Amino acid sequence: MSKKFWRQGEPFVWATGLALSLILFLTLLLIYVVTANGISVFWPKPVALATLSDGQRLIGEIVQEETIPGTENKRLQFKIGNRDLYGLDFKWVESANIVSLAFPKEIQVLERQEYGNFYGFLHELEVKSIAPPASGSNSLVLTIAALDERKNEMHLLGKKIANLNRRVELIDHHLTKALYNKEKNTPALAAMQGEKQGLKTEFEALVSILGEKSAALATNQAIFTDANGRTKAIALANIVRTYQPNAMSFFAKCGYYLERLRELFFDEPRESNTEGGLFPAIFGTVMLIFLMSILSFPLGVLAGIYLREYAKDGWLVRLVRIAVNNLAGIPSIVYGIFGLGFFVYGIGGAIDQFFFPERLPTPTFGTGGILWTSLTLGLLTVPVVIVATEEALGSIPPGIREGSQALAATKLQTLTRILLPMASPGILTGFILAMARAAGEVAPLMITGVVKLAPALPLDRVFPYLHLDRKFMHLGFHIYDIGFQSPNVEAAKPMVYVTTLLLILIVLAMTSTAIYLRNKMRQQHSVVDV
Amino acid sequence: MQTTDSAIINIENPQVEIEGLNLYYGESQALTDLTFGIAAQQVTALIGPSGCGKSTLIRCINRMNDLVDGLRVEGRIAIDGEDINDPALDVIELRRKVGMVFQKWNPFPKSIYENIVYGLRIAGIENKAVLDEAAEKCLKRAALWDEVKDRLHQSAMGLSGGQMQRLCIARAIAVSPEIILMDEPCSALDPRSTGRIEDLIRELRGEYTIIIVTHNMQQAARISDYTAYMYLGELIEYGPTQTLFTMPSKKETEDYITGRFG
Repeated sequence: MSKKFWRQGEPFVWATGLALSLILFLTLLLIYVVTANGISVFWPKPVALATLSDGQRLIGEIVQEETIPGTENKRLQFKIGNRDLYGLDFKWVESANIVSLAFPKEIQVLERQEYGNFYGFLHELEVKSIAPPASGSNSLVLTIAALDERKNEMHLLGKKIANLNRRVELIDHHLTKALYNKEKNTPALAAMQGEKQGLKTEFEALVSILGEKSAALATNQAIFTDANGRTKAIALANIVRTYQPNAMSFFAKCGYYLERLRELFFDEPRESNTEGGLFPAIFGTVMLIFLMSILSFPLGVLAGIYLREYAKDGWLVRLVRIAVNNLAGIPSIVYGIFGLGFFVYGIGGAIDQFFFPERLPTPTFGTGGILWTSLTLGLLTVPVVIVATEEALGSIPPGIREGSQALAATKLQTLTRILLPMASPGILTGFILAMARAAGEVAPLMITGVVKLAPALPLDRVFPYLHLDRKFMHLGFHIYDIGFQSPNVEAAKPMVYVTTLLLILIVLAMTSTAIYLRNKMRQQHSVVDV
Repeated sequence: MQTTDSAIINIENPQVEIEGLNLYYGESQALTDLTFGIAAQQVTALIGPSGCGKSTLIRCINRMNDLVDGLRVEGRIAIDGEDINDPALDVIELRRKVGMVFQKWNPFPKSIYENIVYGLRIAGIENKAVLDEAAEKCLKRAALWDEVKDRLHQSAMGLSGGQMQRLCIARAIAVSPEIILMDEPCSALDPRSTGRIEDLIRELRGEYTIIIVTHNMQQAARISDYTAYMYLGELIEYGPTQTLFTMPSKKETEDYITGRFG
């Protein structure tokens, strides 16, 4: 009986099923943890006012509760914020020490430009530079909204100043070039210097206007009190957003959630990346994958075609094949180092020598940038594309090739009209794998062009629009940066989950698009079934 | 070279002349000293047991064997007096003149219409009227028109095996070849589809020179004008089908066609 049991393969089926379940379980666990933590970050949580047995009071969000090891007692972790007052964002309190716990509706949460959140009560508004709004329960919100217009004005002014700066920089480049070429006292040089002088005057005028405006804005402030009655004046211009979580209705909370999502997708980060939006990182990630694809996809497909269709089978081709397969196993940091040495210092350095010698020793292309990162990632993913192309071409029945050639088609015509369309689903599968791999890489990016905070996007409205020499931000690096390198790791934790969730979603969206395209092609070019 | 063997008849004005053909796969010889002619606009059947080199031989005629590594051909094959192994000859031109239908039907994963006009498009013809006309003509010629005229632009993968094989024949005649090679075109088909293909071959006779490899002796007897019996890479007997099947001059041929061997 037991012999029959083994021979029928029952245990084997169980083993295969078990292996799959294990993998599924671990993957789902990962996705669950990321989603569960990431999705609730922006939902306003109730803020508690706790009175302790020693008479002290504290205000904060209850973050977690745990049993103190070795005892039966519990303790609570509060996010108390007010970093400028207390120095710490979080505080553990033993449950036994809490006399009472209340959730007063008047508690005000401020999201600030600096020092993190503030939890406390509004004491008094001091509005000077604009007409003070009607006093009421939401006068603070109204005043901040009224100040937004001023802030926008200043923002535009700041943009103008940055623009002037760029023009001055451009003239400086021309001047250094002229100096480098030993030009002296030419009319062009004088004109440039005159223009620069004009721009500088304009620049200084704008800067002084901006200074006045921000000084005026800073006079508007509000006095808050913390849990123990300490007062704190906070400039309204510093407040990004304020709300009273304990007083919010469900719909108000939904509105807040959507507003935070909007900020996440479209705004820039602040507070060393632990707050604010992720727009530059999302943009950088998508653009990097896009550039990488443009560079590696054609190269890999062409190489795969040569290996399968044109190279004469022999030990050399077999060796190349083995080498290509093994390239995928090289640690990605090695690719990064190669990219740094070959692309950045080698090619980038040479470009600087030939095209921008006047700017040296300041590098233009001879430093990390999105072009070099894309090339490095392209190199890393190209083996996957080669192998996929080769296998897709190899799986086409030989009768199809013969059929085409017997109809007087040349090898190239057979390839372009029959074989490549038939192989395209398989090639695209490889491309999807390559894309997913590239999206998840961080190590090679860190040394070839990713930065914590990029001043400008690699694509913008300033000529020549596409700035491949610029450094950029990336979601994967962002996770590492805020999770392990930020000054306040505990406070950045929610953002790590959000960023991770976002990165997973972006990879999912891009691969889904590719899969959709592949399925469409598969319908058109289904392989002979029999 | 001896060609006066009484078992191998001489064809007057042959379209395809094969002279002293030897073929090697690496070290092993697959065809040995074949010399015979193939009559124009007639059906010539190649019969013989598996592995006797019939398919290898017809694949020499449109140089399909060029694709095989390690294969070496000696001797001469001429079509209309022109040596096809001449380095100056354009193999593309040759294949336009010599069409081929394979044992395993191999329609492209495209529409029925695109399959038919593939050879014409390859030849650089893009005029839609010309292509439409050719598609209709060839499908009618291959007795497939009535079955597919309403779904010309649907995938050819939806056809039955017999229909696919007739599509492959239609595709081959679309480029107006003079010679059509058929490598066991019915071996994977049911009797009814086989009958339709045989009808088709009989109809194409007189317009195209057809060389057909078959395992089925009744088929050879039914459709061919001449039959060649091959064994182990050698031509044993070649003559008018009627004569070969009724009065074979060699003992081996008789054994094979009466089923005592093979």
